[in-house]
Amino acid sequence: MNGLQRVRDTFFNGHLLAEVFPSLLRTGLLNTLVLAALASVIGLFVGILLASGLMSRSLVVRVPCRGYVDILRGLPHILSIYLIGQGLPLAGLNVFGTWTYGYAALAIGLTEGAYMAEIFRSGFQSVDPGVVEAARSLGMSHRKTMRLVVVPVGFRRVLPALTGQFILVIKSTALVYLLGLVTGQREMFAIAQDASANDASLTPLVAAGVLYLAITMPLTYAVNAWDRRLRDGRPAAATEPVPQQEALI
Amino acid sequence: MSTSAGPPARSSAPPAPQNGRGSPTAVRFEGIHKSYGATPVLRGIDLEVAGGTTTCVTGPSGSGKSTLLRCANLLEVPDSGRVVIGSDAITDPGADVDRIRTRVGMVFQRFHLFPHHTVLNNVTLALQQVLGTPRDQAVEIARRRLAEVGLGAVEDRRPQQLSGGQQQRVAIARSLAMDPEVMLFDEATSALDPELVKGVLAVMRDLADRGMTMLVVTHEMRFAREVAHQVAFLDGGRLLETAPPEQFFDAPRSERLRGFLDQVL
Repeated sequence: MNGLQRVRDTFFNGHLLAEVFPSLLRTGLLNTLVLAALASVIGLFVGILLASGLMSRSLVVRVPCRGYVDILRGLPHILSIYLIGQGLPLAGLNVFGTWTYGYAALAIGLTEGAYMAEIFRSGFQSVDPGVVEAARSLGMSHRKTMRLVVVPVGFRRVLPALTGQFILVIKSTALVYLLGLVTGQREMFAIAQDASANDASLTPLVAAGVLYLAITMPLTYAVNAWDRRLRDGRPAAATEPVPQQEALI
Repeated sequence: MSTSAGPPARSSAPPAPQNGRGSPTAVRFEGIHKSYGATPVLRGIDLEVAGGTTTCVTGPSGSGKSTLLRCANLLEVPDSGRVVIGSDAITDPGADVDRIRTRVGMVFQRFHLFPHHTVLNNVTLALQQVLGTPRDQAVEIARRRLAEVGLGAVEDRRPQQLSGGQQQRVAIARSLAMDPEVMLFDEATSALDPELVKGVLAVMRDLADRGMTMLVVTHEMRFAREVAHQVAFLDGGRLLETAPPEQFFDAPRSERLRGFLDQVL
């Protein structure tokens, strides 16, 4: 029974759990969510911008975008986060002052933007060229056609792939502990990691894992439901067949 | 190639009404040449469609019919030659192409409705976003046009929930909502199941009867004979024959057209 006791102490120590859970929930979860949201907004913005660049006819625009995407997708996350998150302040580019979150969100956002760019590009390019022509034939400018047809139609098509990417963003936030955070800035992983080190038990990490899953798993289902709704027009859209109209006139 | 100017006199056809826009010629192609790479598709096309009349263009596949039609609103850019819509040359370097396109409706073989909008919003989108029509007016116009094509009841549906024939009629309503001077039809019934063709042709016939200027690429010979004021035969990138339907179908001059009609009639 000694062995089982050890397993319980290592992973499921109730006492330690009660001790760490409040700060995990109050400080950690909040910081994780804020960081993930910031990084996602940056990633979406960078991703859409790069996707437009990847589709440009001009080499001068396309080649740098291609290079950016290939490099950032090819580097280990941990390396990009170090280079951007620690590199910027070290190099004197204190764009966010001492606000570590700014550097962290930027580092994750810039990396995720490269992945999102490829997702968006495939989505935008999958939009039926005939639909684009229809928009143009109605007098829509190229820009309006992009904004009103290509982006919304392409966006919907890549929603599931994008969800996977958002989940990666949430998981990436765990890497920012590398940048050194003061107590109030710690996200879930940092808090759990510190608590585990102090008490020689992994219980806090298990608790953090459960909280990560509590965010990431429902996200997939929520987005799938949203996706269905977009496709059908309204929730649980009327599915009865449309009556064939008699030949008019 | 012969081109006929002005509404041709026809005994059986409805009189060609004036479209009231003060331009006797609605669409004019002048010496259109177009190649894809080394392959010539159009080799010097001259064709006029008089205001308020219907011209059907027919010919074997690969003869350049669709390319010619797509030159009319510059979805294809001719290598040389001019296309004039009303009094504006859309091919001129300084032409406001987007503006001219609002006056030229186009209906495609495969409908190409906006999949992310309801039927109603498919029709209102360009009204609001291109012409700047306020929402309530755009909705009113869209409902009227949808009723015209017999689709008043499905305005909240998504295009994917409609039959091909219904989708094509929505596409026609979408173009008509812009109140165009000219309508282009690019094999508008070719992708439809046979039983759905009739409804779409009926809408097109009704449009022609009401004096819309139409340029119609089609294989529907009965439609061409009964509705067109002028039928054009395109073969190998050249207009071999342009004539009123009786003459076109009953007294074709060229051997090629006679052979083609034997095949399709």
